[in-house]
Amino acid sequence: MSKTKNGILSLLIVIISLVFLSPIYIVIVNSFKTRAELYENVLSLPGTFSFEYYITAIKKMNFLVALGNSLYVTIVTVIFVIVLASMTAWMLVRRDNVMSKIIFFLFVATMLIPFQTLMMPLMQVMDWIRTHLHLPVLNTHGGLIFMNIGFHAGMAVFLYHGFIKSIPVALEEAAVLDGCSTLGVFWKIVFPLLKSISVTVAILDVIASWNDYLLPSLVLSEKGLRTIQLSTFYFFGEFTIVWNQAMAGLTLTIIPIVIFYAIAQKYIIKGIAAGAVK
Amino acid sequence: MPNKKLWYFIFTMPLFLVFLIVVLVPFLIGIYYSFINWGGIDGTPKVFVGFDNYTALLQDKRFLASSWNTIKFTIFALVSVNLLGLVFALLVTSGLKTSNLVRTLLFMPNLIGGLILGYIWRFIFTDGGNQIGLLTGLDNIFFNWLIDPNYALIALVVVFTWQMAGYTMVIYIAGIQGISDEVMEAAKVDGANIWHRMTKIVFPLLMPSFTICLFLTLSGAFKIYDVNLSLTNGGPIHHTELFAMNVFNEIFGYGNYGLGQAKAILFFIIIAVVTITQVIITKRREVQM
Repeated sequence: MSKTKNGILSLLIVIISLVFLSPIYIVIVNSFKTRAELYENVLSLPGTFSFEYYITAIKKMNFLVALGNSLYVTIVTVIFVIVLASMTAWMLVRRDNVMSKIIFFLFVATMLIPFQTLMMPLMQVMDWIRTHLHLPVLNTHGGLIFMNIGFHAGMAVFLYHGFIKSIPVALEEAAVLDGCSTLGVFWKIVFPLLKSISVTVAILDVIASWNDYLLPSLVLSEKGLRTIQLSTFYFFGEFTIVWNQAMAGLTLTIIPIVIFYAIAQKYIIKGIAAGAVK
Repeated sequence: MPNKKLWYFIFTMPLFLVFLIVVLVPFLIGIYYSFINWGGIDGTPKVFVGFDNYTALLQDKRFLASSWNTIKFTIFALVSVNLLGLVFALLVTSGLKTSNLVRTLLFMPNLIGGLILGYIWRFIFTDGGNQIGLLTGLDNIFFNWLIDPNYALIALVVVFTWQMAGYTMVIYIAGIQGISDEVMEAAKVDGANIWHRMTKIVFPLLMPSFTICLFLTLSGAFKIYDVNLSLTNGGPIHHTELFAMNVFNEIFGYGNYGLGQAKAILFFIIIAVVTITQVIITKRREVQM
């Protein structure tokens, strides 16, 4: 391919991808427009830049609280999943007995079950735990995190399991001979080796947990506990839609995702590919 | 020795217990619920009705319509997502300077949650659709698609494609990059044109990627809920109420816990059967280098 041809084609596919992303452009430009402008032409640039609708949207969505809630739930979920799933998968690989095989099979086989099949009985179980064991599993972030961990467990164990199988056991055996405890072997030797798969698991879990709507909607009923997805849902439900405010709200919800993408872009695309291919 | 066993439990049990409570127990209880009749209110009797719920759902017209719509949606979505994802992947891997930038841009929509995607597109279909119709005069093609039963389903396909095309692209790219340059060069030297190189080399060697992408789009399309909720909320009337939404509404909307759970179990069985069959079929077509 000649240089100029390459240049023209390169430019062309950049234009194609920008057109592909035009919905995001539409959301952003219309978040600044007055109603009259918006109904005139959705594609045009705004005549004046006013942050008025952002201020209203932030207030109505209780955006900062929702952002904090989403961050808290997501981060805690991911930490627990990484620690617990790597420990579990390591044991299941290194003690390859019948029990390990059964546990691993259960983790993997249930990955196909859609959430809708579990949601109602799950709520019954949680309600039973709340009334009989007096544990605050409903309408709390802790409860949501607990359920998130359960739902993400299968995928995480599966990914770690595949990865750990490829790590030679010799290093661990040497450490045991040197008098290292089981816990020490895992944390000092194995866990650092798992870094690349841990990044994959973390990214998949961040996306799943951040974007989840249905489970939080069933667990959290108190306004102050709402995550971003929930507050967006109620924002669109409570008022007749004022589109420019709504667009400001949507732009706000996209900002954290864009920041996350900008920081971890390389890992995200790698992680997605690795997670899917396995 | 007992020490060794103790460590085994310390390492595996915390996660397994959470998993047991959140996934396994609800799944088993769910099977039981599908055989009873219950309105979901504590203290009211749960009546055992055997397979009545399962026979009832086969006569539920809304459920049958919803199943048919889900099948239509899934077929359209499967084709459009994978076609676009594959085209994108071929563009990105064709050795252009801007490949990385393009890949980054095209993948972007996948990170935005389904609920938010649905709201974004609701605005585009509602106002954008109307305005394009007025501007171009083609107002029988461009109008608010969400108020027409057939077009609303297509609108769902469009949004789902926008969400998933970048995702399948990433997987196809990984597959294409795995094909060795030597094979391609050898084919070129032997005089194979681009069409032959595609159909005789690239596509057969991409079968593992097809297996994964078809599986992901198939299960994703079948289970779609968030986009459905925010884009159409099942409307107009019940015309775009897809499977997952029908299950949700039956249980939490109408309060038919037994019937709804029977639908949910059937939902699981269908997904399991369809995706496993698909994986077996496409796996069989995979070739080794």
